[in-house]
Amino acid sequence: MKVSPVADKVVLRQGLRVLGVGIREEPRIFAAAVGASAVYGVMTVGSALVLGRVTDEVIIPAFRDGHTTAGALVGAFAAVFGIALLKAFGVIGRRLWAGVMQYRLQATYRRRVTRQYLRLPLAWHHRHPTGTLLSNANADVEAAWNPIAPLPMATGVVVMLFVAAISMVLTDWALALVGFVIFPAIALLNVVYQRKQGPLAMRAQELRADVAEIAHESFDGALVVKTLGRETEETTRFAAASGELADANIAVGRVRALFDPMLEALPSFGVLLVLVVGTVRVSNGDLAPGDLVQVAYLFTLLAFPVRAIGWLLGDMPRSVVGFDRVKGVLEAEGEHAYGTIEGGDASAGPARLEARAVRFGYTDGTDVLHDVAFDVEPGRTIAVVGPTGSGKSTLVSLLVRLVDPLDGGVLLDGTDLREYRRGGIAATAALVPQQAFLFDDTVRDNITLGLDLDDAAVHEALRIAQADFVTALPEGLDTRVGERGTTLSGGQRQRIALARALVRRPRLLVLDDATSAVDPRVEAAILHGLRDAGPATVVVVAYRKATIALADEVVYVEGGRVLDRGPHHELLDRSVGYRRLVNAYERAAREGADEDIDVSEAEEATAS
Amino acid sequence: MSIATVVRKAPEPGPGPGSRIGADPDSDRPAESGLSVLRRGLRMTPEFTEGLIVTLLLAVVGTAGRIVVPLAVQQTIDRGLRADAGPDLTVVRTMAAVAALAVVVTAVSAYAMNVRLYRTSERGLSTLRVAAFRHIHDLSTLHQQSEKRGSLVSRVTGDVDTISRFIQFGGLLLIVSVGQIALVTVLMFVYSWQLTLLVWVCFAPLYFFMRAVQKRIAAAYSHVRVAMGRMLGAIAEPVVGAAIVRAHGIEERTAHRIDESVNAHRDAQSRAQLFVALTFPMGEFVVGLANGLVVVVGVWLGIDGQLSVGELVAFLFLVTLFVGPVQMGVEILNEAQNALAGWRRVLEVLDAEPDIADPGEAGEVLARGPVEVAFEHVSYGYPGGPRILHDVDVRLAPRTRVAVVGETGSGKTTFAKLLTRLVDPDEGRVLLDGVELPRVRFSSLRARVVMVPQEGFLFDATLRENVRYGRPDADDAAIRTAFVDLGLADWLGGLAAGLDTPVGQRGESLSAGERQLVALVRAYIADPDLLVLDEATSAVDPATEVRIGRALDGLTRGRTAVFIAHRMSTAESADEVLVFDAGKLVERGPHARLVGAGGIYTRLHASWTAQQKTAPHPR
Repeated sequence: MKVSPVADKVVLRQGLRVLGVGIREEPRIFAAAVGASAVYGVMTVGSALVLGRVTDEVIIPAFRDGHTTAGALVGAFAAVFGIALLKAFGVIGRRLWAGVMQYRLQATYRRRVTRQYLRLPLAWHHRHPTGTLLSNANADVEAAWNPIAPLPMATGVVVMLFVAAISMVLTDWALALVGFVIFPAIALLNVVYQRKQGPLAMRAQELRADVAEIAHESFDGALVVKTLGRETEETTRFAAASGELADANIAVGRVRALFDPMLEALPSFGVLLVLVVGTVRVSNGDLAPGDLVQVAYLFTLLAFPVRAIGWLLGDMPRSVVGFDRVKGVLEAEGEHAYGTIEGGDASAGPARLEARAVRFGYTDGTDVLHDVAFDVEPGRTIAVVGPTGSGKSTLVSLLVRLVDPLDGGVLLDGTDLREYRRGGIAATAALVPQQAFLFDDTVRDNITLGLDLDDAAVHEALRIAQADFVTALPEGLDTRVGERGTTLSGGQRQRIALARALVRRPRLLVLDDATSAVDPRVEAAILHGLRDAGPATVVVVAYRKATIALADEVVYVEGGRVLDRGPHHELLDRSVGYRRLVNAYERAAREGADEDIDVSEAEEATAS
Repeated sequence: MSIATVVRKAPEPGPGPGSRIGADPDSDRPAESGLSVLRRGLRMTPEFTEGLIVTLLLAVVGTAGRIVVPLAVQQTIDRGLRADAGPDLTVVRTMAAVAALAVVVTAVSAYAMNVRLYRTSERGLSTLRVAAFRHIHDLSTLHQQSEKRGSLVSRVTGDVDTISRFIQFGGLLLIVSVGQIALVTVLMFVYSWQLTLLVWVCFAPLYFFMRAVQKRIAAAYSHVRVAMGRMLGAIAEPVVGAAIVRAHGIEERTAHRIDESVNAHRDAQSRAQLFVALTFPMGEFVVGLANGLVVVVGVWLGIDGQLSVGELVAFLFLVTLFVGPVQMGVEILNEAQNALAGWRRVLEVLDAEPDIADPGEAGEVLARGPVEVAFEHVSYGYPGGPRILHDVDVRLAPRTRVAVVGETGSGKTTFAKLLTRLVDPDEGRVLLDGVELPRVRFSSLRARVVMVPQEGFLFDATLRENVRYGRPDADDAAIRTAFVDLGLADWLGGLAAGLDTPVGQRGESLSAGERQLVALVRAYIADPDLLVLDEATSAVDPATEVRIGRALDGLTRGRTAVFIAHRMSTAESADEVLVFDAGKLVERGPHARLVGAGGIYTRLHASWTAQQKTAPHPR
């Protein structure tokens, strides 16, 4: 990865702009940090000045005359120690406020980014991989504000260099000249260093992320790796990434090995030059020995802080990239706009639902749903039935407005879903998805999700959801379920998700194959119990006949279209696809004996 | 409360606390000593010690450059400026030339040392990383599941990184610092033992002060890490659980939780920074104190004739060289602790004895072909948990189609795990063609026995690559044939991008049912002699499931297939049904016989058929 000078300039400009944004966000803390840093800078130069004066006015006279005064010694001590004290206070302020500013900015932007995640429509979420969104809120925010830490120091160093330049010019023009050569050289060398190192370090960082990603995926799929005996292939894949990372780190190390010793040698050369030039000046009577000591000392003091400018520039490329990504989230379009309709009036009884000419597709272009239309009268139960991959889950996600249709609309109680206020639909409808998602929280919190509900209500919901196992957990409702609920089985997770929906007493209940991981016997009990859960309109995605049997009507979906709808018996009579789907098991059982598949297929053909 | 406790008491049994990797944080067992970790670590990664002596020598030479400047200052003042015959330029010039040469030599050795250090350490760490990665895969599923994913990942990433950071920065600095303090002290001693003592007296308390404070700082940073973990968890909620947050309208609650954790993290960071900011400038303070005292005592000594002006001034330069090492020394020691802890965690992984080990070269390679499975009085319980399977004794004939049924928690999944050697029995034996499973080489076992788990985990790649995971040399024709064989050609044909369809992270761009289809094709193309399906089609529609069942039936004629299923349709067409109840194999035989026997199977089947019957409208 090569960075052209033009790109460098762009990075510098953009990097400074990011810093500008940060300063505008926290102007007062920044001012405090820079003020403290300036004190540090001035006092650093001051300590060299004091040392020069002490040499000329206390040390040399004392050695020459063979005696000194207590006043002179106390004065020298006070000056040396006092300056150091002030410098230390400068450092305290600089470090503290620089850190606080950085952390405040990180926190502010993390809050903003996650607010966007909550605001942006689910369709936007679908377009962005989970890992990217997580790193936008975490690593990218951090990278964006990394240069804030060295910023006050670098600003203080600028002050320090300015004061040092004046003091050197006032001391001796020849020594000042040496300084004017050496310090820009150190600063420049460090800029070159950071520029060379920046891209390499960034690449190493990326490769480090790759290595982590491979490890994460590989361990996630450990069971697949094991059951297919692919450990060696996985290790080869990981070793390749790890080897690349090692090479990248070695490249970083080589640059460091080259520049670090040079940066250390340069001020040493400067001091040696000062000694030679200074001796000439002293022998000509143009300079006092103390002035020579002062400049030499200044060189050793300034050699390190000057590098802060390089650190600041070194952090910039990553900062620019990070800030761009963060900005991408903050400026993302795609309003999930809300209306003003309240919803959630429990006394209104079961909800009425209607889908009108709904068309929907994900970003890759092909439509998943075409012209889907049906209605559900209040209190009725309909089953959405269709083969795997026919668009059922997409359809139900439209019914509770997880996504909006491209064309057409979904109406709840006669009002388009888009006209409800935020939270209005959730107050009326509850979806239980196929994959139950649990928060790393207690069972109770996973069910109430912050609603103020008493334990009796929670237990009642658990009872209907056949989730009695909760009482057997070590801490009952207070048991924590772990990362994504991993301490529970799939069926247990599904039942908790169901209880979460039921406890809200929804007027519209949408079940997306929500009991697939539950025992048939338990499932039957759940479905039976739903009738006690209160009056609700129910939409249920199902394969099993027992579930379908609960429905007043069936909507049969295939290839993203509603092919037929009506009572189960009628569909059984007139829809071949439907019949084949729901009768599959019975037919299989019937044919189990003779296994003459061809004949049965022929029969099927005749029947249609 | 640890995760393990929850798991142990949950009905679906998982690992108990006995199988955790490494030391339990709650246990009183003392951690391995740093020295022992270092010794073992170096033994396991010989790259580190290769040519170490040369690297260290170069480091020492590299350090020597640090005292060139104070020495030159002293020489200039005493032998140049204050020469008896007035300022002597020749002496200063010669001295400067020699000093410049010394600076160049030290710079060159520092370069060579750095390059060597990076090369050996990175190569060594890569080896270590890969070894740990492989070892984690070699551990049993129980072991793997006893750790959070993130924690396993950090053993091969973050933990290794702490070692590399230490070697390349802290460790290096430690050597340089010790060298620097030693050299500076020697030079100071040559000038004046009294002043040397004075400087040491000033700096010694700094070291102890830093040590004391460092403990507080470390505690503050450990708070930061905890707060960070919480924050990452909260930030993940609106991303990973986006649909649920939306569906239940809990945006405000989620935002509130995020704000709380983000602010807590910020406050923890600021608090830690306060400690650092207050502590670090102590160095400046001590330098000021030491320099002030050096001037006072130095002048006094000088008047007494024991010290020259150059030596006194050189002392003021040398004092500055003390700050870095003393200050960093504490930080480095701390970093060393972290690095050793990281190293220890990586070694722990490598130490963890795989309880399900590959016999390797010593093991047997079984001939391909119809396979016979036998369970001989097998009992099993998860570590620290109750017994799950009791005395299972059964023989599965070659080329049969076996259905395993039973209620949740009856032990049927554990049966599958024993069959595929994901776990080994506590008592009894599992035999494959008469050979006990632990004696079969993994390469042979995994080629002959493949299990399709329920979750249908896919890798973030294309459909093609995922299927080829089952058989890396499969070409497109073979893959398509596999789809056709399983009756899934239509589904594949319905995908716009076909085999090039990206499946997304964990395969989440596909529906749960579709993921299962791909996982099935992946196992099928691996062409095992024994195929074990653990609820592998639970999310697939009935027609497709029946079609797959039939296809497997036709194709499994040469192989043995074991189906673990809720849906009784599988049992109806199986050659043999194994019925589990409360960990015991209670019934076995063909469906036709069992269904009328009036036992557990009869009940299970009746409840299933009741579900399949179209009931009258409920309302």
